[in-house]
Amino acid sequence: MKLKLKIWRQKNQNSKGGFSNYTVEANPDMSFLEMLDVLNQQLIENKEEPVAFEHDCREGICGTCSMVINGQPHGPMGLTTTCQLHMRHYKDGDTIVIEPFRANSFPVIKDLVVDRASFDRIIEAGGFISVNTGQAPDGNTIPIEQDQAKKSFDAAACIGCGACVAACPNSSAMLFASAKVAHLGYLPQGQVEEGKRVKRMVAQMDKEGFGNCSNTYACEAECPKGISVANIAKMNRAYFSAVVSTDEE
Amino acid sequence: MTKLDAKIPEGPLSDKWRKYRSTVDLVAPNNKRKLEIIVVGTGLAGASAAATLAELGYKVKAFTFHDSPRRAHSIAAQGGINAAKNYQNDGDSVFRLFYDTIKGGDYRSREANVHRLAEVSTNIIDQCVAQGVPFAREYGGTLANRSFGGVQVSRTFYARGQTGQQLLIGAYQALSRQISLGNVKMYNRHEMLDLVKVDGKARGIIARNLVTGELERHAAHCVVLGTGGYGNVYYLSTNAMNSNVTAAWRAVRRGALMANPCFCQIHPTCIPVSGSYQSKLTLMSESLRNDGRVWVPKSKEDVKAIRDGSKKPTDIPEEDRDYYLERKYPAFGNLVPRDVASRAAKEVCDEGRGVNKSGLAVFLDFSDAVVRYGKAEANANGLDPNDTALVKKLGTKVIEGKYGNLFEIYEKIKGDDPYKTPMMIYPAIHYTMGGLWVDYNLETTVPGLFAIGEANFSDHGANRLGASALMQGLADGYFVLPYTIGSFLSKEIKTPSISTDLDEFAQTESEVRERLTGLLKVQGDKSVESFHRELGLILWNYCGMSRNAEGLKKGRELLQKLKKEYYENVFIPGTMEEYNPELEKATRVADFFELGEMMMVDALHRNESCGGHFREEYQTEDGEAMRDDENYTYVSTWEWKSDGEIAEHREPLVFENVELKTRSYK
Repeated sequence: MKLKLKIWRQKNQNSKGGFSNYTVEANPDMSFLEMLDVLNQQLIENKEEPVAFEHDCREGICGTCSMVINGQPHGPMGLTTTCQLHMRHYKDGDTIVIEPFRANSFPVIKDLVVDRASFDRIIEAGGFISVNTGQAPDGNTIPIEQDQAKKSFDAAACIGCGACVAACPNSSAMLFASAKVAHLGYLPQGQVEEGKRVKRMVAQMDKEGFGNCSNTYACEAECPKGISVANIAKMNRAYFSAVVSTDEE
Repeated sequence: MTKLDAKIPEGPLSDKWRKYRSTVDLVAPNNKRKLEIIVVGTGLAGASAAATLAELGYKVKAFTFHDSPRRAHSIAAQGGINAAKNYQNDGDSVFRLFYDTIKGGDYRSREANVHRLAEVSTNIIDQCVAQGVPFAREYGGTLANRSFGGVQVSRTFYARGQTGQQLLIGAYQALSRQISLGNVKMYNRHEMLDLVKVDGKARGIIARNLVTGELERHAAHCVVLGTGGYGNVYYLSTNAMNSNVTAAWRAVRRGALMANPCFCQIHPTCIPVSGSYQSKLTLMSESLRNDGRVWVPKSKEDVKAIRDGSKKPTDIPEEDRDYYLERKYPAFGNLVPRDVASRAAKEVCDEGRGVNKSGLAVFLDFSDAVVRYGKAEANANGLDPNDTALVKKLGTKVIEGKYGNLFEIYEKIKGDDPYKTPMMIYPAIHYTMGGLWVDYNLETTVPGLFAIGEANFSDHGANRLGASALMQGLADGYFVLPYTIGSFLSKEIKTPSISTDLDEFAQTESEVRERLTGLLKVQGDKSVESFHRELGLILWNYCGMSRNAEGLKKGRELLQKLKKEYYENVFIPGTMEEYNPELEKATRVADFFELGEMMMVDALHRNESCGGHFREEYQTEDGEAMRDDENYTYVSTWEWKSDGEIAEHREPLVFENVELKTRSYK
């Protein structure tokens, strides 16, 4: 199948970007990124600069790939990262518009590559349990109810890709941060420092320039791992309870 | 040829590590603050090491070429992590885990290291639980286990099919905590391009800032490499696209030795190749073999009918199916180790019984498991176990709970629903047992240079058992290196901070610059990618699932020819002073060429079949691997000499606690 691509090109963070048009011959069994590989191969053969895009595991778990495809982060399929999207979902003659994740807190590095270091800094602010190596008791001394473990896991499945931010009209990182708060907060060993954790992570989010929750649930709709907005409610609850019940900091 | 000293402590096997820990030189807290450590790579091994060393008080600088430590390929490990907890009361013990690992590795690993690994395995689970890793739980809230290939106990801890992700996030969070405390300085998007030696010791690295393109000098008292394996030398593998050998290879070029480079693991259950544009292969976790049955049709007519679509796999009646693993290996059945399962798949496909268009695929079928689980559920809930539709529905739900995410991955890639039709699978390169040679301290032959995780060779011999990679990465990072690094650093407490103004740094930096500009200057006609594909195909054809002397010689020639062409005809767009992924790939592929050659040399020299290394000349009448313990019970390690010659060194393997036996899973 022949496809028309309209791709965002931007030399670096400080330059002005714009769309360029390309055509590419694809095959329905290809992944979306393999289709871009074919395009890049074509560009290189013509001694042109290939399109920079980030990718790594290509199996939907590392969270590296980040692009907006026809207006949707990670493209049209639910619960699918860009690298898992296959060309069988497109047809001959389609035009596909490809842009980077857009958010002030995710500056463009080049073309479709953005800098998501702000996510790391949110985790550094408090997204952990303070336990040094060697301090742990036997694993089975902390029994955890299956359902709690499942809820914790569901939140922990976040891959930190940033689609939630790209989807949100306010570029909010609430889904990302709340997934971490919920992952740890559902576990007894994580509850110990929850108040401190949530206050610090929220403060860091604000500092990074992420907006407030827009209540549109676009984040959940576009999340390739199906992280629920219920986590945001849990985080808000934890935040308010931390603010009213503790007076430290 | 020199004989290498592994520095294994004296004493009975089970006392070695305990005694070592009590006697190894320590570094006092006030001195730890003055000692700097560079950790390159922040996957399971690197992140856990960086975090733990920082907790101990060392000044750590950590480097990753990723945009965040959370992206490391450890994240993609699916099935689980082994530990000798014996929570299932099924007879597991440290010794049994040790024994299984030695046997699974086909008696080509070092007893003392493997026993230490088994000992610390239990601490890892405790540590990860404390960090908040959401492992699977039983109804009573205790930790759940499952079985993996090559063992007869249930010792694998898991978090659905995303165990690697959850363990990496745990290590990443521990690392993040140390970054926020100021104990680790994190360098994201920095790729190590060379090792700097001062007076023979590893004292720093040259790294390229991948955003600005600048070359940077970083110094420390010692350097730790946790940079993963080199499976991507084959181009098509289950590794992430950016996984590479460059950091380790640069260490080899500076005097470290590569051990057993030809020991590569081919994983039996991957999604088959679908076309020439294919960029990577996707693993379907080994845990699926707990419940899936592997088969191909008995007759070629049925094979033909399946290939042309006139028959569906579900149309083939039970009696016309060949469940070849169950037939050949009744004791272990579908749970034979990876090397055995992979070769068996190749064998039936070579016979012309592969089930996809290319003839390179076999079925992995869950229909029996669906019925088995469905009946059990029906019985447990007082429903009719003879209601076929109900049983199917209930059984499907159980399977979904166990492997749901894997089935989804399969469906996304193939467009087929594995709940309804069997999966198609084929072996693919997955892991490399070979790696930098290290002694008991995890130190390479370059003083002050340590290697951990998949980057070293130490624990898996010629074949790694499932769920042991996560165990080894975390064992090295959390519980081994933090002790053993003291053996080197305790002698460095008087060494002041290393200056990056030293000539050695300037010299190494200029060599890196020359290498990069040299590649950029070629301005030929072919992309890096196209060379990498060709390189991978040569390796796969001549140094893949089975090898022979003639092929290995030919393969090496083809490699050398292609390498020559690479330096004459590769085209790299852009410049050095910018974000340039093509240039990144170019240096990695350049190093893969040299490694590939070393792998061929190693494979050719090892005149036996063991584990992942199957030499066609050395097999029994019924096609099983034939080991030669008399002549090859050693670690073959290789030196890359300045003139490009590859020289051999050896570490003899001494087995005092296990008897070398022919590995039989029949």
